Amino acid sequence: MTSTPANRLRAFFLTPVATVMLATLGVPLAIVTAYSFLSRGPYGGVEMPWTEENYTRLFDPLYAGIFLRSAWVALLATAGCLVLAFPLALFIARSGARKNLYLALVILPFWTSFLIRLYAWMFLLRDTGLINTAFISLGLIHAPLPLLYNEGAVLLGLIYGYLPFAVLPLYATLERQDPVLLDAAADLGATPWRALFRVTIPLSMPGILAASILVFVPCIGTYIVSDLLGGSKTVLIGNLVQNQFTSSRDWPFGAAASIVLIVAAIAMLLLMRRSREELL
Amino acid sequence: MKRALPLYAAFAYLFLHVPLAILAIFSVNASRFTIWDGFSLRWYRAMFADRDLLESAANSLIIAVAATVLATVIGTLAAYALWKKASPWLAGSLYLSLVTPEIVTGISLLAFFQWIFRYLHLRLGMHTVILAHVSFSIAYVVLVVMARLRSFDVALEEAALDLGETEFGAFYRVTLPYLAPAIAAAALLAFTVSIDDYVITSLVAGVDSRTLPMVIYAMARRGVNPVLNAVSTVVVAGLGGLILISERLRKA
Repeated sequence: MTSTPANRLRAFFLTPVATVMLATLGVPLAIVTAYSFLSRGPYGGVEMPWTEENYTRLFDPLYAGIFLRSAWVALLATAGCLVLAFPLALFIARSGARKNLYLALVILPFWTSFLIRLYAWMFLLRDTGLINTAFISLGLIHAPLPLLYNEGAVLLGLIYGYLPFAVLPLYATLERQDPVLLDAAADLGATPWRALFRVTIPLSMPGILAASILVFVPCIGTYIVSDLLGGSKTVLIGNLVQNQFTSSRDWPFGAAASIVLIVAAIAMLLLMRRSREELL
Repeated sequence: MKRALPLYAAFAYLFLHVPLAILAIFSVNASRFTIWDGFSLRWYRAMFADRDLLESAANSLIIAVAATVLATVIGTLAAYALWKKASPWLAGSLYLSLVTPEIVTGISLLAFFQWIFRYLHLRLGMHTVILAHVSFSIAYVVLVVMARLRSFDVALEEAALDLGETEFGAFYRVTLPYLAPAIAAAALLAFTVSIDDYVITSLVAGVDSRTLPMVIYAMARRGVNPVLNAVSTVVVAGLGGLILISERLRKA
């Protein structure tokens, strides 16, 4: 590279970001990768020799079950988000002048405290929560329903938490679609519903793919949703990883599980790049 | 479909917003139980009397302000440099920081800090939390600033150069003012992601750096607490305000 003033300026501007990303992303991930091939030390920590035993242990039915369960819950949450988000995104894209207002109403919960949004559901779902209290006082039930601390509550929390992640990319695709296409479909005799399934949805595939990935990736790695709404019975990969690094103190095994999550996230990232739904 | 869509949207918006509205309503409930017992500000008074909450809120603010300033400066410079010339490695690592599950980011930073602390005489504390927050906020800043740069006309910079500005002068006096609203929006966004983070923070925080989300989390795990309803209402209202301002600026 020639050292023109422009190049020097660019190098100067890139130094801080490169340093931070290397120190807080590159090196830590390299350490975790190394740990995942080491043995567990007697007091936590890691020690030699190198081993691939941490990875083979992931195939133990107990842990393989946790992985499958996490993938299944994330898949259900993704499907739920897509189904709920698509009509909402369609509504916003076709709402003319009020578009920005309706979009803001989706973005607002997207950025306001995730933790508090989960707590709101604890407040509604627990035994003495609003739903059970209301049902009991209406005489519909006599004992509180066990709404909280199960997989259903986790699924609800994931869908609630990540619904905006699905709405935004779907909206972006739908907004770009030419309304003339719908006129053409109508002229050719298609009902609005038929046009939806034969024109709008097929054209929205890049957005649907982006939305699926944006929801699936955080869902499969979730830690707080299963911890807060699932109780101790619902253990997903995120909880497994956290556990290995805190109470179980088996860092190499926790590192191996993390690497699997990272690889899954990178695979999704590459998939999204192919969908040409550019973010950066 | 013309009627079904707005009807559906109304339900979807209720689903998104009613749970938080209910928290706000019950934050001014006189009873500690989930039965309406008249208006009262007692939970707000209790909140302001809780030292744990106040201290952690102060920690959160210090961390968020420090992380925001650093991430905004670093991210803005990065966006500008990436706009001048793409860098697949850097863009890739920024993407990676966005998609890495928080729990993995957290444990890898923890492992990293524990490893370097063997050689340096340091401990987990505010500084490690701030560094972690800078790390995960940069990508958001780059995204927002980059979006604004896409609509910037390079000819303006070239004109500045022709008129005798240096490269840096052109950036500082022409491009930067154009980016100002996006930079402000990015800063507000970085602030909200920083002040809200629990998973990563809880792993890299030391004994003296408990943040508000950590205290909220501990309270929520112990069960429902009316003081938490008041805290939630204040946080949601505060962050909501910031986000609305940020959205305004991004569209400006």
